[in-house]
Amino acid sequence: MRPEPRLIEVRKNVLKQNDIVARTLRDSFHAAGVFVVSLVSSPGSGKTAFLEKTLTLLRPNYRVAALVGDLATENDALRLARSHAPVKQITTGTLCHLEAAMVQNAIQEEHWDLNQLDFLFIENVGNLVCPSSYDLGEDLRLVLISVTEGEDKPLKYPTIFNSADVAVVTKMDLAAAVEFDSQTAHKNIQAVRPGMQVFKLSAKTGEGMQNFLNFLSKRLQELRPTPVT
Amino acid sequence: MHELSIAMSIVELAEEEASRRGVQIEAVHLKLGALAGVVKDALLSCYEMACDETPLQGSRLIIEELPVIIFCTTCQAQHPLNSIQLFCCPKCGTPSDLIVQGKELEVVALEIKECAPNPA
Repeated sequence: MRPEPRLIEVRKNVLKQNDIVARTLRDSFHAAGVFVVSLVSSPGSGKTAFLEKTLTLLRPNYRVAALVGDLATENDALRLARSHAPVKQITTGTLCHLEAAMVQNAIQEEHWDLNQLDFLFIENVGNLVCPSSYDLGEDLRLVLISVTEGEDKPLKYPTIFNSADVAVVTKMDLAAAVEFDSQTAHKNIQAVRPGMQVFKLSAKTGEGMQNFLNFLSKRLQELRPTPVT
Repeated sequence: MHELSIAMSIVELAEEEASRRGVQIEAVHLKLGALAGVVKDALLSCYEMACDETPLQGSRLIIEELPVIIFCTTCQAQHPLNSIQLFCCPKCGTPSDLIVQGKELEVVALEIKECAPNPA
């Protein structure tokens, strides 16, 4: 008798394993009251400079730490360590993105006590494609573009922009030199993610940073509502 | 290029399901949303590689691509987007980020080889 094909229903999310770990992470972050921000961008748009500035400015008032993903080298961790915040490099080898399990392992290896943190930053591998599919348990996904990359970046990589919660346009100190069209960039961001909040700033000069820090403080407060008396 | 690790997860998932049910797999049916961040052609070629030297070797991956569907608050209705570069209602132009469909990356069914029962 010739075998006949038969269809059986399965319905399983391919990234279920990652989603389970991400959910566990998110629960533990919330239980500890730490606000977690992940950063995605193309290589070279200035994630590390932006993060170094953010850590340095937050540190006098908040307890901060950062995980930073790269295919190789500890260079970014060394740069971020200048902010005197605890920093851990995750080297992914050939992998083009971070996964939730890597975040979990890194936190465990460092023995970080989440209860002792206000903000945790996770800098993803420089890549505007692959990181979009992987939940890391973060509260906020921040996509960064620099003025030197052109205004059409959101249209070229709509998936990652759509998956992000806020956008940061960096290197604004170079905007005039590269004839960056701020309005067009804003319009393109809104086309792929209607209503997304956009911060324009320069990590180098500090212009616009305060606005972003105020936003982070507010989000942390929302995460830890003061009990009504 | 993360399609290989996605393909390996698909094979792993299907293999698990096959051994649990004691069946042989002929094809895997996958739903792929336009916002899943996965390229169909890349996934297809990676699938073949991922199947190598596994019980799924020689099986097919059948991908159903799903467009993004948004809910429009003005029309009070769901509409498929014309392009993922513009999250606006195709009928009335209202911007919308209420995504109803498009993020799927889901194994929905397995086509199995039905083995004839052993003659008694």
